[in-house]
Amino acid sequence: MSETSVIDQETHDAIDVDRSKGDFSYPENHKFDAGVGLTEATVDYICDVKSDPDWVREFRHKALKTFWDKPNPTHWASKELDEIDFDKIRYYLSDGARPKRSWDDVPDEIKETFERLGVPEQERAFLAGVEAQYDSEAAYSNVKEELEKDGVIFVNSAEGLKEHEEIFRPWFGKVIPTGDNKYSALNSAVFSGGSFIYIPKGLKVKHPLQAYFRINSENFGQFERTLIIADEGSELMYMEGCTAPKFETSTLHSAVVELVAMKGAKIQYVTVQNWSSNVFNLVTKRGIAHEDAEIRWIDCNIGSGLTMKYPGVVMKGERARGEVISIALANTGQSQDTGAKMIHAADNTTSNVVSKSISVGEGRSTYRGQVHIPKHLKGCKNNTECDALLINANSCTDTYPAITVRGNKHVTQHEASVSQVSEDMLYYMQQRGISEGAAMSLAVNGFINDLAQEFPMEYSVELKRLIELEMEGSVG
Amino acid sequence: MTTSTLPQWFAAAQQEAWETYQSLPTPNRKHETWRFSNLKQLDFDGIQFAATEKLDLEVPADLPAGVICLPLLEALEKHSDLVEKYFMQNAAELGSAKYAALHRAKLTNGLFVYVPANVQVEKPIKVTHTVAGKNTAICPHTLIVTETGAKVSVVDKFVSADEEAGICIAVNDLIAGDNSELNYVAIQDLNEQSRMIQINDTTVSRDARAKAFTLNIGAAWARNEAYSRMIGEGAHSDMLSVGIPYGTQQYDQRTYQHHAVPHTYSDLLYKNTLYANSKSVFSGLILVDAGAHYTDAYQTCRNLMMEDTTEANSMPGLEINADQVKCSHGSTASPINDDEISYLLARGIRPRDARRLIAKGFSAEAYERLKDAELIDIVHDAIEAKFARIV
Repeated sequence: MSETSVIDQETHDAIDVDRSKGDFSYPENHKFDAGVGLTEATVDYICDVKSDPDWVREFRHKALKTFWDKPNPTHWASKELDEIDFDKIRYYLSDGARPKRSWDDVPDEIKETFERLGVPEQERAFLAGVEAQYDSEAAYSNVKEELEKDGVIFVNSAEGLKEHEEIFRPWFGKVIPTGDNKYSALNSAVFSGGSFIYIPKGLKVKHPLQAYFRINSENFGQFERTLIIADEGSELMYMEGCTAPKFETSTLHSAVVELVAMKGAKIQYVTVQNWSSNVFNLVTKRGIAHEDAEIRWIDCNIGSGLTMKYPGVVMKGERARGEVISIALANTGQSQDTGAKMIHAADNTTSNVVSKSISVGEGRSTYRGQVHIPKHLKGCKNNTECDALLINANSCTDTYPAITVRGNKHVTQHEASVSQVSEDMLYYMQQRGISEGAAMSLAVNGFINDLAQEFPMEYSVELKRLIELEMEGSVG
Repeated sequence: MTTSTLPQWFAAAQQEAWETYQSLPTPNRKHETWRFSNLKQLDFDGIQFAATEKLDLEVPADLPAGVICLPLLEALEKHSDLVEKYFMQNAAELGSAKYAALHRAKLTNGLFVYVPANVQVEKPIKVTHTVAGKNTAICPHTLIVTETGAKVSVVDKFVSADEEAGICIAVNDLIAGDNSELNYVAIQDLNEQSRMIQINDTTVSRDARAKAFTLNIGAAWARNEAYSRMIGEGAHSDMLSVGIPYGTQQYDQRTYQHHAVPHTYSDLLYKNTLYANSKSVFSGLILVDAGAHYTDAYQTCRNLMMEDTTEANSMPGLEINADQVKCSHGSTASPINDDEISYLLARGIRPRDARRLIAKGFSAEAYERLKDAELIDIVHDAIEAKFARIV
């Protein structure tokens, strides 16, 4: 911290997120445990427990080989990746409980977990359905009857690939091929849990679908696999939130999320990520937007030690739109390496990236982006804005965009800025009797406010809890 | 000039550099500093190095006393200690370490300019380097030092004597001492078969102002690496470039703005106007070291896409490790705005002329920042000549 900085310990505490709120754990009682380390036998064990069809078993084994063959992305990525010891990770754990349909069937201790996560019963009733994941199996799954009547499929991925193979299989692993990167290959080999959603033609789902994920076993990597298909003209908002207990050793979270928006469909995928700071969060997320379709990734990363996540949209049909709205907060010991990939593959496609990051203490936030407009296209537009807020003297921020444009019928622009909370602003607020800590908190919230509004109401509440209230709560 | 007349330190450095060149790997796709690059251009099989180069030096008549302005080989003989102190003191960090070593090992000549404290040279020093002969390479070096309170402007021009495919591996070291002013203009106008690698290294001390401008109009492929380090408070660095590629010309530019101490300022503006099947690559980084508070650093790269077959790649990067920093970067790739065209058409200007006018104005924004009438005229004339070649 520089001598001239106005940020004292109190302020620093004020804007620090109280991470201990996610720090709780329950006695573990797992019926199925694949043990530590990853071998062909691990994959077979998972297949056996989940009674995977042969094609899935084959898919997993092939992916395992790809995972072994692929190096870590060494030439650009954080060296922290080398700290992951794949031999010390548990790749599958389950209490053996079948997915539950009714709330009464949910084990008490899991109910208690939800209680502490703050999912009130009224809210559950309001929500269209809760696919809540405790460890790797869905422990609770509730799809409102009316949705089922409309033909919506909302199940976990294991059920999806067995019960709805004809819809699931053609798109599974097509948006993100196994070999996309080392971690998508790992996920393809050992995936369990995650959601499969199909929205039939023309249906606009009124209420957001939601899933909570929990990691609750030490050294247990969670490898959800989510596939969402929105058929022609349908609309869906899906929400994903994560909190995790604090563990002594590192935990790996490596999900793969694939979205398919058919002609004219609209998918919004909302994430609030608050893993504890010993988690490696290495996620691959990508969507394909067909003609006139729209995919929006709304992403908030607050937790984890290292997050590497670059949601992407492949705009495959004319007039398709892709958008990434991203908020990242990196505190001491954290590295938020996030960004966006916008691949324009048809005429008149439009993409927009707005990223705001806040670096606190010795935290490092990074924007890494790719915009690709190939030959023979016309009328493509990209807008990218990255704003970084540095709170302390030793906070860090990086920006690494890569933009390729071929041809003169497109418009792309990239802008980034780095700033601090100005002393004038804090002084002004203090003049009006607002404490320094509260003033800083207000300024930080002002910085992200326009993006925070992009989150649905339920999540703005959660966002508020995670950023705003916790910042203010620790003042004086 | 024979090797025997060169100082011992230099001969040893050349030997070492040759070994470095041979031991370093040829860049490949995995090297982030060569992302989007045309790596085929780095095939130097069968090239031969000229023993020396034709150097045309134009020194202002009224050069103040104490100023040294000599071909580099001559300076090595007469001012060995001074050259040794400043010559290639920093490693090339933007991808071309191998070619910087090759340059040192095969140095053909160049220019040494030394301006002692509080001496101002008002008229620019001009030098032209000529590449001649098929597969022949020259390695010209430009070393400019301004001591405290000194001022100088140097124009470096790179041309071809013929239509053969030659190679030019040029390095320039610009060392601006406290409160000095150093202006450097490089005009790359090689024939369209030739290749160019240009490595710039600028060091700006306390309250000094350095301007480094590069104009790319020639060559089949040109790679420019520009590194500017601000090492004293109040240091001010302008990094400027204009590129007007056409045909299949490719300009590949890498820049680095390194703020090592507090209260420093850098401003980068690179503008490319692309025609036909040409391609540009821009990769820039602003690095603000921990503790380098109150840094102002700006980076802008704009690509004007004149035709549908052009390609622009931009990687504008930031790495900020300090507080109280004002930084921004912007990168755009777009065609001429229709409104701008209609405005000119409404005034009776023909469409082709309107587009040309807008393109010229687009480039002017960068070179007008040279703020020196004579330097601006030199660049302007070279740009006019290039536009005259575009049909």
